[in-house]
Amino acid sequence: MKPFEYAAPRTEAEAVGLLAADHVETEVLAGGTDLIGLMKQMVVTPGRLVNVKEIPSMQAISETSDGVVIGAAARLEDMAEHRLLTPFSSIGDAIVGIDSQQWQAQSTLGGELLQRPRCWYFRSGAGLLAANGKRVTEGDGRFHAIFANSGPAKFVNASRLAPALIALGASIRIMSPGKEDAEVQTLPLASLYRTPRDESQRENILSKGQLVTHVLIPHPQSLANATYEVRHGSGPEAPLVAASAALQVQAGLVAKARIVIGQVAPQPWESSEAAESLVGRPIDLVTAEQAGQLAVAAASPLKDNAYKVQLAAVAVKRAILKAAGLPTGGF
Amino acid sequence: MSNKHVISLELNGDAVEFLCEPRQTLLEVLRDILHLTGTKEGCSNGNCGACTVLFNGRPVVSCLVLAMECEDAKIRTIEGVACDGALDEIQNAFLEGAALQCGICTPGFIVQAQALLDENPNPSEDEIRFYLAGNLCRCTGYDKIVRAVQAAAEQRRAATTAG
Repeated sequence: MKPFEYAAPRTEAEAVGLLAADHVETEVLAGGTDLIGLMKQMVVTPGRLVNVKEIPSMQAISETSDGVVIGAAARLEDMAEHRLLTPFSSIGDAIVGIDSQQWQAQSTLGGELLQRPRCWYFRSGAGLLAANGKRVTEGDGRFHAIFANSGPAKFVNASRLAPALIALGASIRIMSPGKEDAEVQTLPLASLYRTPRDESQRENILSKGQLVTHVLIPHPQSLANATYEVRHGSGPEAPLVAASAALQVQAGLVAKARIVIGQVAPQPWESSEAAESLVGRPIDLVTAEQAGQLAVAAASPLKDNAYKVQLAAVAVKRAILKAAGLPTGGF
Repeated sequence: MSNKHVISLELNGDAVEFLCEPRQTLLEVLRDILHLTGTKEGCSNGNCGACTVLFNGRPVVSCLVLAMECEDAKIRTIEGVACDGALDEIQNAFLEGAALQCGICTPGFIVQAQALLDENPNPSEDEIRFYLAGNLCRCTGYDKIVRAVQAAAEQRRAATTAG
């Protein structure tokens, strides 16, 4: 690793101040399961690391009148066991899928949401866009995007929790450096992500000094929810495709639905076509399968990853069935 | 200019102080500064679990933890498992059940199994396999490891009942 300065502030404002310093490249250190590996590979080389795990206000999981607030430094293991999160089985499904107790104990919510893409060209130092996407289209793109891949970005968003949280309508609290005091804003989680157009952009909208401090999940309103991951094997590696569904069912019919697919596009991919097809209908094998087909109707696979289209259709179908408590026909 | 910092922590029950650079991982410090070479370096990117230690009771991969993060922490390594020179039930069960071949993954498995049995004294086979999924072994095929953990759990339960 390249030498760097290390700081472990105790308040959010102090952390933002340390991150905003303009004379040095800075990175947020949370669980470290992603960042330390990238630093060892010299893919990310900050001059200052700001550890946010020691900030008490960012560790708690609590309830307010708006919903459940989770500190970005809360560990996944604690989330998996927390009573306030029991109604959100889609989150638990995604955490259990990370098949390493060590990673669950070490990783934080904020770090999970902001982990860098797993694209092997990026990880080997070829840049986030890997020669404007050429390395992927001319090389091996088995695990790359099947949606929104016509621009230079071909990687897939790596977060396993973002699809579940976006389907549940989560928002994030961001603290930014202000002229005098730090400023705070709240945004829908989905708007945290973007598809970069050039190497100067990252896969999220955060600018220097900005820190995601909390995630808010609105009260469940009896949402049936689940995540279904299609995995290559066991272990902490990312699934091939994952889908999360959140359904509001009244008198046996779907009143509202949100379907978000992970590992298929540079951002978590929300399918309004799949969600709308369920409204006013009961959940059964036919409606779930139709939603799965509609979710992939606009897919544009690369030369090596057409198989992911079928996986995505099946993941959507099974996430919907699982949310409704029906047998999925899968594992 | 030296960029070294003094870190104090509790290691296997003893107060320990050392000097380290921010870029040194807990694994490097354990092995190269404190000369506790029982903790093994496997993949160095958190996938294999060979370097597992307990950090305030939680199992972590020490190759992805900076030593600087360990100020005031309680760390337990494989060297802290045996008690007064006598092997612990899990270590014994690994020996008796031949649950190791080359041995590189073994310290990680034993520390991880400690965390499991501290949390759940009577785990099912599924629970053992799930809890140990972050530890890789390329020799044994895992069956003997799972059986050793079952045997150790049984022995511990018998000791508790008898005591």
